[in-house]
Amino acid sequence: MSDILPVGEVAEAVVAWINDTFGWLLDWITMVMDMLVSGFQDGMAAIPPVLLIVIFAVLAYLLTRKNLKISLLTLFGLLFIYLLDLWPETVLTLALVLTSTFVTLAIAIPLGILASRYTLVNAALRPALDLMQTMPSFVYLIPAVIFFGLGNVPGMIATIIFAMPPAIRLTNLGIRQVPVELIEVSEAFGATEWQKLMKVQLPVALPTIMAGVNQCIMLALSMTVIAAMIGAAGLGLNVLIGIQRVDIGGGFEAGLCIVIIAIILDRITQNVISSGQQKEI
Amino acid sequence: MEETQEKEIHKNIKVSVRNLTKIFGKRPEEALRLVEKGKKKQEIFEDTQQTVALRSISFDVYEGELFVLMGLSGCGKSTLLRCINRLIEPTSGTVEIDGVNIVEMDEDELRQVRRTKIGMIFQNFALLPHRTILDNVGFGLEIQDMSLSDREKKAREAIDLVGLSGYEESYPSGLSGGMQQRVGLARALASDADILLMDEAFSALDPMIRRDMQDELIELQARLNKTIIFVSHDLDEALKLGDRIALMKDGIIAQLGTAEDLLQNPRCNYVERFVEDVNLSRVLVSKDVMKRPEPLLPPDSGPRNALRLMEEYGISSIFVAGKDRIFRGLVTVDGAVDAKKREIPLRDVMITDTPTVLLDTPAQELMPIMAETAYPVAVLDDVGRIKGLIVRGSLLAGLARLEIEV
Repeated sequence: MSDILPVGEVAEAVVAWINDTFGWLLDWITMVMDMLVSGFQDGMAAIPPVLLIVIFAVLAYLLTRKNLKISLLTLFGLLFIYLLDLWPETVLTLALVLTSTFVTLAIAIPLGILASRYTLVNAALRPALDLMQTMPSFVYLIPAVIFFGLGNVPGMIATIIFAMPPAIRLTNLGIRQVPVELIEVSEAFGATEWQKLMKVQLPVALPTIMAGVNQCIMLALSMTVIAAMIGAAGLGLNVLIGIQRVDIGGGFEAGLCIVIIAIILDRITQNVISSGQQKEI
Repeated sequence: MEETQEKEIHKNIKVSVRNLTKIFGKRPEEALRLVEKGKKKQEIFEDTQQTVALRSISFDVYEGELFVLMGLSGCGKSTLLRCINRLIEPTSGTVEIDGVNIVEMDEDELRQVRRTKIGMIFQNFALLPHRTILDNVGFGLEIQDMSLSDREKKAREAIDLVGLSGYEESYPSGLSGGMQQRVGLARALASDADILLMDEAFSALDPMIRRDMQDELIELQARLNKTIIFVSHDLDEALKLGDRIALMKDGIIAQLGTAEDLLQNPRCNYVERFVEDVNLSRVLVSKDVMKRPEPLLPPDSGPRNALRLMEEYGISSIFVAGKDRIFRGLVTVDGAVDAKKREIPLRDVMITDTPTVLLDTPAQELMPIMAETAYPVAVLDDVGRIKGLIVRGSLLAGLARLEIEV
């Protein structure tokens, strides 16, 4: 660290202060997220793998409005993973990704809505989002480790920070792109601000918001290997072990599983909105 | 304007706009003072960077009237329309709806007026893409928290009214432009609002569909007695639809009156230039170009009397009508000479199947009729009394006269 500018020292002091002052909050976050992950994980682990795979395939079928192709992709993709004997890791990875995505969206969508309504919020968020998106993803590991130690939770914290910007941006953009005439319609017919948001802005912006959700899930998946470096388990850890032991076979199998999950989740989230009714305005 | 108001005085005023001014910009007060001093738009912009969109506009719209705000883009007509339901906040002035000034209302009161009294129809239809036609039409009712069953019942009635039954479960993207605008119309009608604000409602439609929609609007308005304020940039449309037309320019009303007022007595150069382009033959009707029906031949007179009258007036045919002025037919010089020679009554040589027209037949339709017949055409009223006659010369002269005057 530089002797002239005490940037490093200041950073350390700030971190120490945050740890002292907000320790309770960090503990609380850790507890809640741990609970969410184990909830997902235990729930999925309680169901026999093959039955769970069938349930996922049926869910995919229903979510994509009866798209048989995606449903079959889900079925065979997950069976393939099961036969590779990587099912427990896959369940944990899914639990981590779903929890991170859930938390990310719970923060990102309200922020996106606020940014679309208040230029001030938008102006304040923009540089922060730019920073978050240009920062190499490894950098997020540092504060995650400092504040949350090692394990699944810091992995998810890093993932959440990394996956958040596109969800905020696309929610904001989707709402801003709602045609002026539609806003005028809701006002001319006497809608309250809440009715305008719920009945016009969000539904019309939904395709764009869903693109944000899709991006968010993809980014969360791409973080699994990196998060493994600070102790997150699951498929990412297998890849990391593959790297460390130069175990090409093991690394490749785990990597392939991540790709399969990515493809399945991508196809499902892209097709949640039916194609016909959203075509034009 | 005063004349028109006197004529219409028996009607109820539905919407009354007084001294309405709209200034766009961050410091409207300063510009408002300059407007009151009578400064020009350009000067005010140079001095204050504020744009005067509307300056001190006043007019009344009567119950059941189809009132057209017309002008070129940028004249302030859409801004004015939006001031009437305060989608755009007026800078000063009042807008009274049923005698209540809506400019002073708080948000809740205003919302109530928008929900129950005013329906709005937009240029690009503005339907919600994620909703079915039924749910689109029911949108205004849903906003009012009406129960689902009541909402659907009313929405179905409105859909029926615009002739879209059977499309309730379709989505807007599956409908043509004309059908989409019917949905827009149904949505505005569903809430039983007395006032419809239509912003260039037909401008995005094909000419053919557009004409149909105009006809239907006229018919629908006659049936439902809505008060309609219609914004258009198309003079032909304004003349066809408007009971009265306010021609706007640079944020003021350059002239307000009926279609005939505007065409025959344009108040200023702007109105003149505007109406120059209009297809004159469309607005000109029989009674504008007909001549007095003189002379008329009593049905019981003989050939000699007929020939004498024709010679006296220098004409080659004469209309036959009784004391009641009911039109009977036409006698030509040749017919009268023939009757005199063969000593038969005139009615045997009278031509009864000669074409006739009504008082309000448009000049456009007169032309082909005039082209087909060699004789003058009689203009009759509803019960068949002769009111005038048109010869080819008088029609052309009428057109030419208007063209020179306008």
